[in-house]
Amino acid sequence: MIDDLRHEPLRSSLDHCVKCTICETACPVSNVTPLFPGPKYVGPQAERYRAAAQPSDEWSVDYCSGCGLCTMSCPQGVKIAELNAHARYAVKQRKGMPLRDRLIARPTVLGRLGTPVAPVANATLRARPLRAVVERVLGIHRDAPVPSFAGRTFRKWARGHQAPATGTKIVYFHGCGTEYYEPDVGEKVVAVLEHNGYRVEIPKQDCCGLPLQSNGLFEDARKYVLRLARALAPHARDGTLIVGNATSCTLMLKREAREILGLEDDPDLALVSRQTYDICELLLELHDRGQLRTDFEPVEEVVAYHAPCQQQGHWIGKPALELLALVPGLEVRELDARCCGIAGTYGLKREKYPIAMEVGADLFGQVAASGAELVACDSETCRWMIEHGTHRPSAHPVELLHRAYRL
Amino acid sequence: MSPSLSYDVVVLGAGVAGLSAATQLAEGGARVCVLAKGVGSTHLAPGTVDVLGYSPERVEEPGGALGEFIAAHPEHPYALMGAQAIAPALEWFAACIERGPQPGYSYTGGLARNHLLPTAVGAIRPSALVPETMAAGDMRAAGPVCVVGVRVLRDFYASVCAGNLRRAGIDARAVEVDVDVGRVEANSLGLARCFDDERFRAAFAARLAMLLRPGERVGLPAVLGLRDPHGAWSDLQRRLGHAVFEVPTLPPSAPGMRIYNALVHALRRGGGRLVLGSEVRGVEREAGRVSAVRAHTSGHETTYHARWVVLATGGFASGAIELGSDWRARETVLGLPLRGMPPAGEPRFGADYFGPQPMSGVGVAVDSSLLAQDTENVYVAGAALPGAMPWREGSGEGISLASGHFVAQAVLEHEVAAAAA
Repeated sequence: MIDDLRHEPLRSSLDHCVKCTICETACPVSNVTPLFPGPKYVGPQAERYRAAAQPSDEWSVDYCSGCGLCTMSCPQGVKIAELNAHARYAVKQRKGMPLRDRLIARPTVLGRLGTPVAPVANATLRARPLRAVVERVLGIHRDAPVPSFAGRTFRKWARGHQAPATGTKIVYFHGCGTEYYEPDVGEKVVAVLEHNGYRVEIPKQDCCGLPLQSNGLFEDARKYVLRLARALAPHARDGTLIVGNATSCTLMLKREAREILGLEDDPDLALVSRQTYDICELLLELHDRGQLRTDFEPVEEVVAYHAPCQQQGHWIGKPALELLALVPGLEVRELDARCCGIAGTYGLKREKYPIAMEVGADLFGQVAASGAELVACDSETCRWMIEHGTHRPSAHPVELLHRAYRL
Repeated sequence: MSPSLSYDVVVLGAGVAGLSAATQLAEGGARVCVLAKGVGSTHLAPGTVDVLGYSPERVEEPGGALGEFIAAHPEHPYALMGAQAIAPALEWFAACIERGPQPGYSYTGGLARNHLLPTAVGAIRPSALVPETMAAGDMRAAGPVCVVGVRVLRDFYASVCAGNLRRAGIDARAVEVDVDVGRVEANSLGLARCFDDERFRAAFAARLAMLLRPGERVGLPAVLGLRDPHGAWSDLQRRLGHAVFEVPTLPPSAPGMRIYNALVHALRRGGGRLVLGSEVRGVEREAGRVSAVRAHTSGHETTYHARWVVLATGGFASGAIELGSDWRARETVLGLPLRGMPPAGEPRFGADYFGPQPMSGVGVAVDSSLLAQDTENVYVAGAALPGAMPWREGSGEGISLASGHFVAQAVLEHEVAAAAA
């Protein structure tokens, strides 16, 4: 089972490792805790000891947050983070999967349960005594930032939304964060796209399976991502682009599902993968072609910008910076801290929350020193962590564009 | 639709050559995008700027020795650019570091005289322009030396370093400091982060002070801070009352990372873009021009159109030049013609690892303006250039900075001329 997961291109990338340590300099986790000895050590070095016949119980790989900065920094093209995801899967297969990891990896289940009873659910999630119990029973850290249910879904808004009759068709992949927690972000994404001449279609969709994958639940993750690929592929087939604002989820569609879950051969996913865009990637491209509307009104504000790890994993640089630079009056301070620490569900876990906070400390300090009133960041879980760590509001870059457009 | 973006210049490679070329282009007003498969060799190099260390004997005055060196090596990048290309590049670099994100951190020296600095194993290495934090390690200076090991840094052997310095006639000894960093071992990066913290420095200095003898210069592994190396170094000198110098470590290299941070900071400030993780997979050509490169991004390719391309992808070590089993070398990124391949029948490799290696002279064929052969708009900088043996010459950063500066100026002159026309 393990071997058939391991696609040869992934494993053979190991041979390119020259043990130069550049990945170690990029790793946010190993730089703050000895529990994770670092991407080179756990990845290319330990990997040669991992064989189906000689399973390794090296548990430290579970302390990898899966941010992927090691892979991005590697000048030799070694797929370090992806190999570590496989190793984590193998270890969890043998040692067992905590109930907690099964639970927090299913945002749609949580979303469907929480949305109708949002006021109660939100109050419950913030009740200290209860969180202490949850921490003891389930292993979710009592202080970890959990988002608030919006109490309404994005799809409900979308059903009532009057889309323009004309325009270039584009498919919006909104993700679970927008659906259950931040429907207003989705509304702004649609407004910005429509303002730029798109006719936005929002096909029925579910979780991309990323939290399952990052928790080592590969079989379930495959089901989710393939179901999503089947839903989106008919649109992709006629050349329509798919755009998303959840950078980790779009990355799952673009690359991680194919590489980590061994789905390189699925034609639907391949098609969807090619047609999927991050919203800022798309808008910058429009701008380059002279097609982005630049009727921005001034926004007199100082904003800090943090590029999430999974956004950087798109390997497209930081298009949000270029876009925000178009807004008159807006002063953007780029932060160069590596990671906010949360890494999806990583920082929610009892044993990992303190590590996540230590990883994020550099970023939180930079935000404080920047003098910014707001932190722009592309990924929703990172925004929640940043708000938790800095006590400052955070917004998706598109929200700022929306504000500047005065839509 | 496949995404496409347009720039004045696309720079391939994020090492010293690529980042310095890109930054100077951005500062000159060009729209620049740096594409790189990963981080370059800054993180592995000692962080000094070696211009000419051996020719073939150890060079005391690189500025003075360059004329003779160039005469003896007409194919060398220095010969193509001319010796006068080096000084302005070093000046730009030193100024760039001083304007950088590490307050007060600076480089010292230049072409007049090489510093003779100890390596981690106590060999003496000549270098022209060095971080202020290393300058007191010049072995020509008087006074005994105390090399300090830090127990958690298991890759730095103070006694080996001091022992070899003694063999070279230097009054050196080693001590070791045991200090709590919250883990049983750390690499130089982990330790550098600790030294950014004043409380840690105070605790460290208190332990070290007891071990020092009057008048000793103190050599520490190059871990004196990443965010604020100037602050860490001066603070430690003040606390100890001794001159302190850094000795380069095995990778990762904190002084090298400081260079990377300063260059990226300057690139961003100049309005340049940096795209990491993206590998060039294809090229679009129009007659003698490379009009665009197609780079692999997650999910799809992105086409980067450019009027000018700077190839700064490195040589064999980075994989930018490969030697096939058919004994043919090829440039892997743009497929450019190479030069410097040892002729058939001649030796390709030397038996001594650090000795002359004929194969290492292979590089992208360029004319005297560093324009790649058969192209009208691809300039080449850094280790991709042919005709050099940087590890023997002690010339790596000198070649990278000088060629980065040289090609940036060449492109900017073209742009100015085009704008005027």
